[in-house]
Amino acid sequence: MTVIAAQFTYWVTIFIAIAGLYIVIARGNLIKKLVGLSIFQTSVYLLYIAPGKLIGGTAPIYSVDFAIYSNPLPHVLILTAIVVGVATLALGLALVVRIREAYGTIEEDEILAQEAPPDAVATPRP
Amino acid sequence: MEGVIAGALLTMMAAATVAIAVQRNLFAVVILSGIYSFLMATVLVALDAVDVAMTEAAVGAGISTVLLLSALHLSRGEEVKPLHKPLLPLAVAVATGGALVYGTLDLPAFSDPQAAIHAHVAPRYIEQAYRETGVENIVTAVLASYRGYDTLGETTVVFTAGVGVIALLRRRRRAEKARA
Amino acid sequence: MKDYLVLRVIAKLMIGFMLLFALYVQFHGDFGPGGGFQAGVIVAASIVLYAIIYGLDAARTVIPDRVIEALIAVGVLVFAGVGVAGLLLGGNYLDYFVLSGDPVHGQHRGIFWVEAGVLITVFAVMLKVFYLFASRGREADAE
Repeated sequence: MTVIAAQFTYWVTIFIAIAGLYIVIARGNLIKKLVGLSIFQTSVYLLYIAPGKLIGGTAPIYSVDFAIYSNPLPHVLILTAIVVGVATLALGLALVVRIREAYGTIEEDEILAQEAPPDAVATPRP
Repeated sequence: MEGVIAGALLTMMAAATVAIAVQRNLFAVVILSGIYSFLMATVLVALDAVDVAMTEAAVGAGISTVLLLSALHLSRGEEVKPLHKPLLPLAVAVATGGALVYGTLDLPAFSDPQAAIHAHVAPRYIEQAYRETGVENIVTAVLASYRGYDTLGETTVVFTAGVGVIALLRRRRRAEKARA
Repeated sequence: MKDYLVLRVIAKLMIGFMLLFALYVQFHGDFGPGGGFQAGVIVAASIVLYAIIYGLDAARTVIPDRVIEALIAVGVLVFAGVGVAGLLLGGNYLDYFVLSGDPVHGQHRGIFWVEAGVLITVFAVMLKVFYLFASRGREADAE
């Protein structure tokens, strides 16, 4: 039972990661790309914290009633990662706002069409 | 029992991700990402990561949603329909996922006390943190005392992001008057 | 939105409690889940609620732009200053056990000031980013 539980956690984490990756590379809207990037980052947090859990243990806060604690080291690393992730999101959104003011749109195809020279043939996206 | 709850929540998170990929109305996408962050915070509580769950709920579901809505207010709220079926990105994503699944077959089983992650430095933190720092929350002790340099770097990263956003979005009053 | 009575009353009630909860999370980070990051975000959220209900200009009167920009730097300086204090008192950079006669009490002091620095910077950055995004649209509408 724990085997299925272990593999299920990893598989759902990987599914969320590739869903985030798909949103980043397949969608043209810049805000949606940023949302997909943050989904990818959160799946990595799960990938770090799931192996640290001990069944029968408790949160890593010292108390005389408990002897087994979950591993505190991934928690520390992921705390830093979450805050860095939101800092990246804020910078990305500031760039999106400036792009919107410069090009009038936030769709990648339309921005590339505005950037292409007027006599070039537009290549279709694969 | 915790496993069943965590499994159900993880399935809901996967469903929310699929909905975000398919949905074209950007306001719905932002709200779905807030729902996803709240589900993630609950899963983290089920995995005994209470500090991380509080941070994810506050930062992911709070500030991220506010920032996305503020940016969305300044642009159009609908994504255009894609012209071509994105089969190549889907194939690339599935291939990457297959490689990752193949990689996780060798990872240690869930909740294995003999796994390498529980050896080396983690037992020292758990056993010595209260005696050396006097702080019961081992995560705070590690974050602020044992790994203080990392937290200094993280605070500097937040500072740099703030300065970067100010540099990008600050209006120059003199240029506005010159243009008017 | 300050024309709606229900929103105004509820906001007045909640903002005080949110700030109190943020201070609770900050100072009880030693005994339970919490710490500087969560508390900074909760303080920023309470000021964002005030700005949404009473208007961005009212929020800017309460916490002006210059104060926020100064606070962004003050938090990092407090954190780095704790390290320098460790240097001046005889230890290495960011050593806490030299900050007091009893090493464990020195750890308490160091962790307290470090978390305070983190709170100040995170709160100021989140609020400044919100100010910049919210005022961008209004200036674009005015032009």
